[in-house]
Amino acid sequence: MTDQTITVRFFARLREELDTEQLTVPAGNNRTAADLLAMLASQGGPWAQLQADQPVMIAINQIMTKPDAPVKAGDEVAFFPPVTGG
Amino acid sequence: MISIQTEDFDSGAEYAALRNSGAGTGAIATFTGLVRDSGDTQGVSGLFLEHYPGMTEQVIAGLIEEASRRWDVRKARVIHRIGRLPLQEQIVFVGVCSGHRGDAFAACEFIMDALKTSAPFWKKELSDSGEHWVEQKASDVARGQAWGK
Repeated sequence: MTDQTITVRFFARLREELDTEQLTVPAGNNRTAADLLAMLASQGGPWAQLQADQPVMIAINQIMTKPDAPVKAGDEVAFFPPVTGG
Repeated sequence: MISIQTEDFDSGAEYAALRNSGAGTGAIATFTGLVRDSGDTQGVSGLFLEHYPGMTEQVIAGLIEEASRRWDVRKARVIHRIGRLPLQEQIVFVGVCSGHRGDAFAACEFIMDALKTSAPFWKKELSDSGEHWVEQKASDVARGQAWGK
């Protein structure tokens, strides 16, 4: 049976403020990364920041992408603040 | 070769390894980044570095490939540390072997600049006043953009 869920991962400040490293959501009506963000932000509280002024970067299956990128069952979608390595 | 590790590295040993890149190598450029005492906050006593395992290595491999297309790169080495790093610890090492200095300097600087804005690492500053996730700098973004990133 095909996995009908999407794995969502958070890093750094978002991981801490959402107190969540990883969760799974039904692929359902989430057609793009932006849909997924809107669905998560609608939970309110700290989740609202996913759609606030602070920039959120998006990777699908570990490749940096844009909010309108399509998501499908089995994908790993990561949300994180702008990167600060080096 | 790319290493993401908690352990420190020996830049002398890394340089020695880069020297064994063939008789065509005429230049080696290296960069080492250290933990300093001030960033977004003053009195920084150390950093905590987090990354996205798998994606990080993939992004850096892509940067080395891109550098190799743009310049004469005979060998490249990137080491980035993660976890808790006290003041003055080494954070990152980039080393590039080329035929000539121009390509070595450019490829080394490109990999470092592009890594800062595209590799999924995040720094948190640790100080007496608490912890602070470092914000991305407009100047770093500008340097990445200057290379077309």
